[in-house]
Amino acid sequence: MKHYLLIISLLLVSGTVGAAERYHLDKANIDPVDTESLRRGAVFFANYCFNCHAAALMRYNRIGRDLGYDEAQLESLFIFTGAKVGDLMEIAMQPEEAMRWFGVVPPDLSVVSRSRGVDWIYTYLRSFYKDDSRPWGVNNTVFKDVAMPHVLWELQGLQAPQFDVITDKEGIQRQVITGLAPLEPGKLSTDQYDAAVRDLVNYLHYMGEPAKQSRLQLGKWVLLYLLLFFVVVWLLKKEYWKDVH
Amino acid sequence: MREWLHLGKEWIESRFPLKEFWEDHLVKYYAPKNLNFWYFFGSLAMLVFGIQVITGIFLTMNYKPTAETAFASVEYIMRDVNWGWLIRYMHSTGASFFFVVIYLHMFRAFLYGSYKKPRELLWLFGVMLFLLLMAEAFMGYLLPWGQMSYWGAQVIISLFGAIPVIGNELALWIRGDFVVADATLNRFFAFHVIAFPLLLIALVAFHLIALHRVGSNNPDGIEIKEKKNAQGIPLDGIPFHPYFTLKDMLGAIVFLMIFSAVVFYYPEMGGWFLEKDNFVPADPLKTPEHITPLWYFTPYYAILRAVPDKFLGVVLMGAAIAVLFVVPWLDRSPVKSIRYRGPIYKAALAIFVVSFIALGYLGTVAATPIATTFSRIGTIIYFAFFLLMPVYTKYDKPKPLPDRVR
Amino acid sequence: MSEDIVDHRKRRILTAAATVVGGIGVAYVATPFIFSMEPSAKAQAAGAPIDVDVSKLQVGQLLTVEWRGKPVWILRRNQEMLDRMQTIAGQLRDPGSDELSQQPHYAKNEYRSIKPDIMVMEGICTHLGCAPTYRPELAPADLGSEWKGGFFCPCHGSRYDLSGRVYAGVPAPSNLKVPPYRFVTDTRILIGVDPERA
Repeated sequence: MKHYLLIISLLLVSGTVGAAERYHLDKANIDPVDTESLRRGAVFFANYCFNCHAAALMRYNRIGRDLGYDEAQLESLFIFTGAKVGDLMEIAMQPEEAMRWFGVVPPDLSVVSRSRGVDWIYTYLRSFYKDDSRPWGVNNTVFKDVAMPHVLWELQGLQAPQFDVITDKEGIQRQVITGLAPLEPGKLSTDQYDAAVRDLVNYLHYMGEPAKQSRLQLGKWVLLYLLLFFVVVWLLKKEYWKDVH
Repeated sequence: MREWLHLGKEWIESRFPLKEFWEDHLVKYYAPKNLNFWYFFGSLAMLVFGIQVITGIFLTMNYKPTAETAFASVEYIMRDVNWGWLIRYMHSTGASFFFVVIYLHMFRAFLYGSYKKPRELLWLFGVMLFLLLMAEAFMGYLLPWGQMSYWGAQVIISLFGAIPVIGNELALWIRGDFVVADATLNRFFAFHVIAFPLLLIALVAFHLIALHRVGSNNPDGIEIKEKKNAQGIPLDGIPFHPYFTLKDMLGAIVFLMIFSAVVFYYPEMGGWFLEKDNFVPADPLKTPEHITPLWYFTPYYAILRAVPDKFLGVVLMGAAIAVLFVVPWLDRSPVKSIRYRGPIYKAALAIFVVSFIALGYLGTVAATPIATTFSRIGTIIYFAFFLLMPVYTKYDKPKPLPDRVR
Repeated sequence: MSEDIVDHRKRRILTAAATVVGGIGVAYVATPFIFSMEPSAKAQAAGAPIDVDVSKLQVGQLLTVEWRGKPVWILRRNQEMLDRMQTIAGQLRDPGSDELSQQPHYAKNEYRSIKPDIMVMEGICTHLGCAPTYRPELAPADLGSEWKGGFFCPCHGSRYDLSGRVYAGVPAPSNLKVPPYRFVTDTRILIGVDPERA
């Protein structure tokens, strides 16, 4: 009886309250154990993101350890300042400079995959469109009026928004963006660009929690051990509880 | 060899009541033989407390309690400290599991009337522990210094500002600054690591001492001490050791399996145990879209928001916890256990549980008009369960009690 | 209570089994906590080897760098300075560097270094840890006419020669410590790593 009441009331409540405004997010479909993808993503990050966005909670040599780079490779691929491989991944750009150029300090990306989620980042990087009213000439359907320029425009090309007029709940007519269409081509095809962004997001997901694969590996051994321990103690408990009637 | 052992025991025995303790509290302390699933949660609470203390100590070795360094120090633990990620996840998962265990532990008391005479003081110590645990968890959550940490603390501390006359001074005194700041973080660290754990340990000791004085209740709600044999041992009692030490160990292992599954596979629990917004460093100039407390506070948060007046909301939220203290005197039923109570109490408890869970859910969503209406209904049900108890428990029709436990 | 016969042997065996399995579990759980106290990646990075360029180091010039929180001295010596050190062996406590813990095997030679002209050693007195002063001059008034150049510790008066070898009759018990180091090129030294095996 208790259970039915519980289920019914939860359904009632969730149906009316749960509906929140949320844009659609594409699935990033990353493969966290694909080391090649992670490497491509790491290099992509270093070349396109790491000038403005720090990853100051991450060390270069951790990338080396997890993705299989030696010191020399780390230095040539990732280190553009005078940093050493054991150092944290900081950038040269000063916050004051950033404020002047962008109006905001580009956030540190060390744990962005944990706060935004991989699907959000994947969709975001593919949702820039031409908007002449903005300082950098672009806007983004996932992050309205974002201060970030479309750093990857050469690869993706430029998109144009497709508009539609809808009437909202209050009866007011509003112009909304229903989709993005290609305007100018970039160096990569849509599939190639999506794949590159996927690799980058895969890397960001790894960087957000480098120990993740270890913890997933270890988990099954812990559970197996506890199962064994349970069986042994259960036998012992049963033996002693024979005394009790 | 055996002689040395014997001499050693004697040396201690003449200076310390070891044997007395062993007998009074383990091998000659008798617990009802019919204790069921609902009786695991007390020992599990002690287990989780132990986990929190040990993981907490190791976290303190590397955590830095200042506004500038706290967030980075947590990620330092996650990445640069050997096995730091495991210690951190055990602590964050432990916090949520502590509340799961405690809510189930308290629910048991409502099932079997464990707060009724002569266990009223046991219950009072328990409610005090619940209150202290909520404070401990609240302060602990500020420490990672993420957006949720900061703004959750800001909102809750400003509630104290709603108290008339002394409110603003009080909030200022708690914070040590005009907004939640470095001073607040540092003192919450001192409270969370030292002051409140000491209080918790003291109260757990009182709680156990009170328990051992009166003995445990049981699912049938009858007192086993009323029927003793010629040696003075309760007929329905069995020594705690080895029977319940072993049984509780089993309970602990099952608990650890579920705990480990979460620690290793779902430590974030979809954002319920580790909130997404808390991976963004605290920004006093930018408020997140939705500020929600962690899941275990949400029923009380829903009650707070249900009231259209800020101060009265605080009062009602406080009353929702305060009312727990008087439950032993609100419940007029002549029988303890739900097994022998009439249909009214059963229905009341069922409705209470459903509405408590619903309130919990409502505390997580935005305060839309519909959500607020449901929260108000939930709040009324919550208080009705307690405040009408003297009436409906008195007029309920209990069943006859058994002679011996079943 | 039960009237059946209690199988004590079975209980002992099962208790032993549970204790063993449980003990293994406790050891496994304790391990991460114990290891967490080992130096973290941050400590290891801070303790990483130091690259020093000695191309501009003059004869008799002392360069001080920091490695693992300690001062490390690099001194350029010429043949004349090396010859001077030959004459004082009798006054030293451990002229042959027989106390092996004070230098790597490749520094256990008459010059206590890989190359005779570059001396690398920690600037920490082996008595109680003060930083000795560099006294390259010959026969100063306070050190006496026999002084052939070296290091003098102001705290308690210990003396060392230009290879960091300790004089007899002073409080310090040992020669100055030589850290692991290697020559990356003729003019670049990496302090903190031994030379590669030939």
